[in-house]
Amino acid sequence: MIKRTMQLWAVVVFSALISFPAGAGSSKAIRLATTTSTANTGLLDYLLPKFEVKCGCKVNVIAVGTGKALKLGEDGNVDVVLVHARPAEDAFVAAGYGVDRRDVMYNDFVLVGPNNDPARIRGEKDVLAAMKKIADAKWKFVSRGDDSGTDQMEKSYWKALDINPAGLPWYFSAGQGMGEVLMMSGEMRAYTLTDRGTWIAYREKIGLPMLVQGDPRMFNPYGIIAVNPKKYPSANYQGAKALTDWITSAEGQKLIADFKVGGEQLFIPDAK
Amino acid sequence: MYMGLTEATLQAFRWLLEGDLTIWGIVWVSLRVALLALLAVTPLAIVAGFGLATLQFPGRRALIVLMQTLLALPTVVVGLIVYLLLTRNGPMGSFELLFTQQGMVIGQALLAFPILTAMTLSAVQGIDARVSETARTLGASPLRASFTVLLEARFAVMAAIATGFGRVLSEIGCAMMVGGNIAGVTRNITTAIALETSKGEFAQGIALGVVLVALALGVNFGIAFLQGKGEIK
Repeated sequence: MIKRTMQLWAVVVFSALISFPAGAGSSKAIRLATTTSTANTGLLDYLLPKFEVKCGCKVNVIAVGTGKALKLGEDGNVDVVLVHARPAEDAFVAAGYGVDRRDVMYNDFVLVGPNNDPARIRGEKDVLAAMKKIADAKWKFVSRGDDSGTDQMEKSYWKALDINPAGLPWYFSAGQGMGEVLMMSGEMRAYTLTDRGTWIAYREKIGLPMLVQGDPRMFNPYGIIAVNPKKYPSANYQGAKALTDWITSAEGQKLIADFKVGGEQLFIPDAK
Repeated sequence: MYMGLTEATLQAFRWLLEGDLTIWGIVWVSLRVALLALLAVTPLAIVAGFGLATLQFPGRRALIVLMQTLLALPTVVVGLIVYLLLTRNGPMGSFELLFTQQGMVIGQALLAFPILTAMTLSAVQGIDARVSETARTLGASPLRASFTVLLEARFAVMAAIATGFGRVLSEIGCAMMVGGNIAGVTRNITTAIALETSKGEFAQGIALGVVLVALALGVNFGIAFLQGKGEIK
């Protein structure tokens, strides 16, 4: 009787495991690693269902920072990445992990902070001067600290200023996504660097006004890159290509331009 | 725009009662993965716990200490280990289980195993040795006698299963790392709460928290009911 029970158990467990819905492990689903900025703003929830209907496939979105997204691509754990950190993207392609990089859209970074603006950066045209003021005032600054595209951009500003804020008492390295960092900054009344899109989606919840914008150094372009099928033959290159072609097509680009939160356009399409 | 606790809770119940498909889909992922993990691991853990309690072999005490130490294993460490096993360049990469429910089942099964084993072990140790001896005198085979002992320990073993269920249902580290929090596929209650909180959508988070507590309550009611019946006899 005990033996029979064990056999029954083995059969039940095995069949339960292979009976998972097709979307879960099927090689047909396109695995997209992307940044928290595209997911948290609701852009992907708006775009992808339209693509899924068109191609009759399923896109599984893994929303992490740009650094992690590229790492997932490097390891062949996803089929395509949609990220924003041009130097890291070029390195990814040059190392043979990615192919067919295409421009998709851009938005820009802005500095947000408490309304009373203790470091007096409001209206500053030069992002480096504004960052310097925050450092001089030693006012709280929350950093993503997660190697995301935003994090890499912020680090490049500190580097240009020859300031190493790591470990200083006013500098908080959160290690979290853009949404979390904005919520934290709101609670702490701190400054932070954010992409404009996520800030627009969050501004009513956090109550931090935008203080600095418009410096060309704050330009934030997004690119889409397929994982190299020569490196990972089992990657869903067909699906990655279909998604790339669609998101850079006239239809995909128009949808991006039409995407609005609170009446404001978040991303400007720029596929060539 | 700030949503107070009361307001968020009310909104949460409204969604749940309206049968919001996204929320119930998320609950289903949690329940399915946790149940499958327990289904897979419970028999193994009971055999292991029973063996540790009754068999004498070199290294037994070390194994017991190891098992009890594993109870303290952080879920993110299990998540990391399973991630490294399942990643495409890893030893099990060819099965393509990373970011799937199957992958989450593996991780949660690993999390539940030490709890179930350690609790079965102490349950069996608490059973009077004469139970087994009597069964043997009455002509039971060693396997049949073991079964009798387990039957005596069934309430404690049930409590072990409930505890294991609680552990896997409430963990987030492993589910987030191995599952990837993919909407509609691997997004479960805990990863969804983390995401909604990060988005400042507290009502969604509370709704899911309510379900999590309700599930835990249901399981423990069930166990208490079974144990209660046992005492009346």
